[in-house]
Order: sequence, then structure tokens, then C-alpha cells
Amino acid sequence: MTDQTTAEATASAIPTGGRQRAFTEFWHYYSMNTGAVIGLVVFTALVLVAIFAPLVAPHSPDEQFRDALLAPPAWQEGGRSMFLLGTDAVGRDMLSRLIFGARFSLFIGLVVVVFSLTSGIILGVLAGYFRGWVDTLIMRIMDVILAFPSLLLALVLVAILGPGLFNAMLAIALVLQPHFARLTRAAVMAEKNREYVISAKVAGASHLRLMVKTILPNCMAPLIVQATLSFSNAILEAAALGFLGVGAQPPTPEWGTMLATAREFILRAPWVVTFPGLAILITVLAINLIGDGLRDAFDPKLKRS
Amino acid sequence: MSVTVLEGKNIVRDYHVGGGLFRPSRTVHAVKGVSFSVDKGKTLAIVGESGCGKSTLARIITLIDPATAGELFIDGNKVDIARDGLTKEMRRKVQIVFQNPYGSLNPRQKIGDVLGEPLLINTDTPADERRDLAMKMLKKVGLGPEHYNRYPHMFSGGQRQRIAIARALMLNPSLLVLDEPVSALDLSVQAQVLNLLADLQDEFELTYVFISHDLSVVRYIADDVMVMYYGEAVEYGSRDEVFADPKHSYTKTLFAATPRADVASIKARLAKKKAA
Amino acid sequence: MPLLEIKNLTVSFDTAAGPFMAVQGIDLSIEPREVLAIVGESGSGKSVAMLAVMGLLPNTATVKADRMAFDGVDLLELSPSERRKIVGKDISMIFQEPIASLNPCFTAGFQIEEVLRFHMGMDRAQRRARAIELMKLVGIADPEERLNSFPHQMSGGQCQRVMIAIAIACNPKLLIADEPTTALDVTIQKQILDLLVGLQAKYGMGLIMITHNMGVVAETADRVIVQYKGRKMEEADVLSLFEQPMSNYTRALLSALPENAVGDRLPTISDMLFEPAPSAAATQPATGAAP
Repeated sequence: MTDQTTAEATASAIPTGGRQRAFTEFWHYYSMNTGAVIGLVVFTALVLVAIFAPLVAPHSPDEQFRDALLAPPAWQEGGRSMFLLGTDAVGRDMLSRLIFGARFSLFIGLVVVVFSLTSGIILGVLAGYFRGWVDTLIMRIMDVILAFPSLLLALVLVAILGPGLFNAMLAIALVLQPHFARLTRAAVMAEKNREYVISAKVAGASHLRLMVKTILPNCMAPLIVQATLSFSNAILEAAALGFLGVGAQPPTPEWGTMLATAREFILRAPWVVTFPGLAILITVLAINLIGDGLRDAFDPKLKRS
Repeated sequence: MSVTVLEGKNIVRDYHVGGGLFRPSRTVHAVKGVSFSVDKGKTLAIVGESGCGKSTLARIITLIDPATAGELFIDGNKVDIARDGLTKEMRRKVQIVFQNPYGSLNPRQKIGDVLGEPLLINTDTPADERRDLAMKMLKKVGLGPEHYNRYPHMFSGGQRQRIAIARALMLNPSLLVLDEPVSALDLSVQAQVLNLLADLQDEFELTYVFISHDLSVVRYIADDVMVMYYGEAVEYGSRDEVFADPKHSYTKTLFAATPRADVASIKARLAKKKAA
Repeated sequence: MPLLEIKNLTVSFDTAAGPFMAVQGIDLSIEPREVLAIVGESGSGKSVAMLAVMGLLPNTATVKADRMAFDGVDLLELSPSERRKIVGKDISMIFQEPIASLNPCFTAGFQIEEVLRFHMGMDRAQRRARAIELMKLVGIADPEERLNSFPHQMSGGQCQRVMIAIAIACNPKLLIADEPTTALDVTIQKQILDLLVGLQAKYGMGLIMITHNMGVVAETADRVIVQYKGRKMEEADVLSLFEQPMSNYTRALLSALPENAVGDRLPTISDMLFEPAPSAAATQPATGAAP
């Protein structure tokens, strides 16, 4: 009774007006989490930088300045204002490479999430809706995938498919996909026996309609949160594969690959290792903060009043 | 002249509770051979406490689950969904309204789509005609066209129950199963919804199967009453018979337990308290 | 001196769309050995007012009152730790969902003994004995056995009995029952109500019964407060409330009872008075809004 009373309190106090109202409420809960807002700001900046990379970057990412090999950052002794974050072993501007690298990282994240989300949702909905042997078959396969350390499995897949950015993305998508499948299955199973689903069934809805139009839209909130967290995971794994030399191939300015080619200079020129590492850290942190904020805003259990 | 819309003969429903690794499976008899019949335009109330099998029976009548044994006739036609599946025509004849008004509407579906969906699935009605029919139905259940584009969370419990009733009526069913339709509602709203149900019954000559645990509501709305206890119909008869002269001891217990809100019984209680 | 005295209680919730007033200026007092019923429909603020007394509201709620005294002590002036000593010991509360109110991880016996340890400081043997005594008191058959049962092994009625046992474990002076029988079957409801009223008489507790069911009011209460949308509509002793309701709202509530139906139609509250016009009603309470 209390729950109902308080919920009613919230609901009736909010002005009506469809989507905008829903967004206002969403933003209210999201913005209560300061970290999430900071994450969103950083991420937005990152996206803008990636989109406008050719305009923002001072140099081309592949241009080699033969007179400035391993130049230190501008604020250090011997640094040049032309190369704000220094240059790498073949004289390429670090800042420009990082800026163009953002494009790759975000692209990787996006593609991987789209792949794994779609396949995970399809498998999860089928498993959760039909149960029985379909469920057993799908979930056991997912369990097998989850049983391997994810990086190792991705590495094996890339070894089979051949190194390259696209194959790396496919491998990561496959590795991340069971999480989506499990989550979708759990949500579908919870929703499946709700009365509105039975009502739609009584109205004569087909299996496909029940799955796609009735149940799925009500399972999206946890999936969106998981998608955000997977986004950062994908960037991290792509960097790891790049670092191991099976992801993006040089001279692609991908952050992980940059780290790999620079590791021999770690003592002599720490900036060539530090900045790509920092870029990965900041991006992943920002996206994870967004994910946490989304979870708070979506999860009714954490909602206060 | 009375036409029998719904008839059940010896309906049985068993559930097999799946045995675990170390437990054998066992069979639960949820409904143990219940027979009933309802005439057109009448209301059969099924009364009982939780676990007595009344909701299971409701699901069988609504053709959601098949009966394990027994025969079910709707409009004189024998229906067996386990064997023959379900035709669209049969589907249209029986509809259901659930207890919980908050769970029975899809939170991501606008009211217009909620009402249009049964028509979209079962008929070839074009979109604008569906819209007109939905608008008309909204008016019938006491809501307005301005509610057409709203989402369920913008409505109160009573209004949602009206929408659920409207959805059930979109296909012009002959039989409406009402599974505790007013139990979750406030007293004042309950009265409104009961009135609405009575009006709709008169207008469309609907036949109701009204599942409830609340005897005062049953007494108000029912023509016939069936009392269920552990899967069996322990009492079945016209309302006046059952209320005036309950035969089974369980029915008597049920009547005695129902709180009475009249002045005489309050006086009696206060007198007793003073004496103690 | 009244057992509990509340003057001008206001509770507001801080929501996404600004403050919402759940309780607006309620006065309430209950004498020792009295059964007070608070009646209202959902959204009337009847539970919120009592949760405010217990200090159980979430921190988005702002509670204001001129006076909120229990047994002469103003609860609003106490520190949280002093207040915890009173709440749960001298005032205790039982809720609507008996199965959800018990912790599913622990046995019934453990949960009863926990209260005894915390508030009464009894040793193990004393706690055990008292727990068995309490189980007997609330009418649970073979209590020694039941002490080791988990909540999911018991029925709703039994769980509510355990909740009552926990609530009366420390001999409270005031017991607040928030819709204690709404989730239960009618026959069980009768048993639980009889039990509550019996215990109240036996131990001379004050009992506040929060309910929406007029039948429950008629069967238990001495005095009744009727609430609507956070305001008090009427306060009267039970007989005069049913014989001669003073406010329009109470009259409407009583006439909406199906057993009071005259002819074919039930009078509804909107037929009678201040229920908002249909257009306003549409934008109105969306209870339990899906998040």
C-alpha cells in the first residue's frame, strides 16, 4: 500500500506530455549522479573530436617529421610547441594520432555493440520465449563461450580468421554476445508471464508478434545499460588485441596498436606509452560512468520515492 | 428463450510439478471435475480463496490453457485446444479481464494501439476504421478520445481497468471472463467499474464468468454462484439459493468470515466487548 | 495523557516534478487500550502518516509537525539512536505483505529472537523460551517445530502470525497494523483480526488499524478517522460513523459498498461530490506508474 501511495505521489505530481515528460524524469534521475554527467560530457567531447578529427588535429596522423624523432611533449625540456604531446619513434605527432585513434576506438565500440546486441537479443528472446530444448541448446553454447577467458577466445578466433581490425571486431562481438543473450533471456522470462502478454495472446497475437512487439520493448532498459558497458569493454579488448599484434595493423593509429609499437621506448620516452594508455583509460572510464548513471535512472529499485 | 453460451462438463486440470534431481515429479490436481453452464446475458460467479483453482478454471474457459480432461462447449461448439488448436473465430468469442490493472496493459503501448491490436490481428479492418472503433469503445467505457494517444502509466487503476475491459470488448465476444476485476481497486472506483460492467452486459447481451473472492461483490453482480474449495465445486446454485441457504460447511465458514459493515453487527460487537 | 499525539502533521515528497504533499495537516491522538482505525483509499496518505511516526520514510520525504509525542516524549526532538530504542520496542508495526515482510534467508525463530536480543538483551535460553511463548500466543501450532521454518515454508496467514509475534515481542504500548489482512483470504482475515483484537485487549495495547476495508473497520475499531487525499475528512466513534456519517465523503464511501446497493446500480463517489471532472481525472493519479 505504501509503495503504491508513494508511486502515485510521484506520478501525479509530474506534468503530462508524453515523451518529453519521460525524458525530463529520466534526466532528473540521471543528473543526480555527478559521475555520470561528467562521463557524458567527456564522451560527447570525444565523439565531437572523432567526428571533426581532420579539423582538430594539427598534423596528419601518418606524416613523419624526420627532424623530430621521439620529441618530448611541449612542456618538457627539449619539447617543441609544434608537437604538443611529443612525437613517436618515426616522428609522427602523438596528439594527431590520438585524435584519429578516437575514431577507430569509437567505431570499434559501435560495431561490436551492434553485432553482439543484435545476435544476443535474437538468441536470448528465442531461448526465453520458447524454453525447452531451444533454451537448453542456446544457453549451453553461451555457457561454452563464457567458459573461456574472453581475451584468449578472441585471440584464437583472430588467429583462425586472420589478423585485422574487422576480424578482431567480429571476434570481440562473439565473445561479448553471451552476456546479451543471458540478459535478454532473463528479462523475457520475467515479462513473458505478465498479464499484458497473456492479454495479447488472448487477443490472438502470433509468437513473432508477442516476442518482437509485445515483450522485447519492455526488456530494453537492462540491455541499454549492458550495451554501454560492453562498448567500453570492446574498446579495451580491441586495444588488447592491437597490443598483441593481431588487431589493427600499423600504421593504423589505433590506441592499442600505438601502445604495442611504443613499448620498447617505455623508459627512454615514456610519453609514447603514457598518452595512448591515458586515452584508453579516460574513454573507458567515461563510458562506464555513463553506464552506471543509466542503470540508476532505469532501475526502479534504486529510484527514491 | 435462453441460449447456453458456455458449458463445462467434468473439467479436470492436473499440473505436473517437475521433479528435481532428487525428487520425483508429482501431480497436482488444480481442478477436479467441475461442471457448469451459463446462459446468454447471465453472470456466473466463481468464488473461492487463493489456491482453490478458480484462476486455473478461468484460464481454461478463456482457452489459454487446455483442460486435462472434460468437455468445454462455447456457443454450442465443442472446443479442445490441445487437439485442434484454436481458430480465429473461436478466439474472438472469449475474452478476459485480469485482476491487476497495472500488469495487464503493455507499458510501451499507447491506448489506441492497445485497443486496435485485437482488430489488427484478427480482422482486415483498415487503420482509420480501427481508430474509429477504438474511439467509440473508449466512449462506451467512460473515457474520451483525448485518451487515445496516452500511455498506460498516465492512468489511474480504475481507468486502466476500463481500458482493459474496452480491449476485451473490441472483438465483440459473446463471453467475458472477469478474473477478480475489481479486487485491486478502491471502493469508490470498484463501484464505478461494477456499474460499467452491468451497463455493458445489458447493451451487448454479454455473458460473464466473474471470478472473485469478495462475497459482497458476488452477491451484487451474480445470477448463479459456484463456490470452489481445493479444486472442487462444493456449492453451485442460483445466487439467492446459495446466499439464503448454504449447504456445504465451507460455504458457511466463508459467509461467517466475511466482515459485516452494518450498524447492527457493530452494536452487537461493542456490547460483547463491554460485557467482556 | 494520550499514548500518541500528533498535531498538524505534514509530509511532502521531493519528486522529479517538485514537492508532492502526501499528508496535509493531520491531527491524531490515540489513548492507551484503544483501537483506532484510519480509513482511506489509495493515495489518502494513511500509511505515510504512520510511517512518518515510525521514522521509516525515505529521505526524500520531509516530515513536519507541531507535535508528535509518544507517551509524553516528542519523537521529533529525539536523536536517531534514541528514537530507534522506542521504535520497534514501544511502537511496532506490521505490514500488508506478510511473506515479503519476513527475511527469506532466516528462520521464523531467528527473526523473533533477533528482536528480543536487540531490544530486551535476553540470553539464548530466555530468547528461545520467549519465542516459543510468543508463537503459542499468536496461535501457531507446534511452535518448537515452526521456529525452524523459513518464510517460504509457511502460508501467508502463518507468516502474518509470525510478524505479529515479532511485533508484540517486546510488549509494545502501541501496535500499528498497516492493512494487515488485505493480502489474505477472507477466512484467514477473520482469524488474524480476531487475534489482533484479542491481543490488544489482553495486553492493553493501543492499536492503530490502517485499512481501506469498511468491514474491517466495523469489526475492530473503537474510533475511526477517515482520510482523503492527505486530509482528514471525519473523526468519529465507530457506531456514529456508520449510523450518521458527518462528511459527504464518508457517506459516499459507505454507500459504495456493494452490500448497501439499492436497486441495480451502485452510487459512486463521483455521483455525489467533489471527485474531479472527467478531464481532470485523466491527468490524475497514475498509481504505481511503470518506471
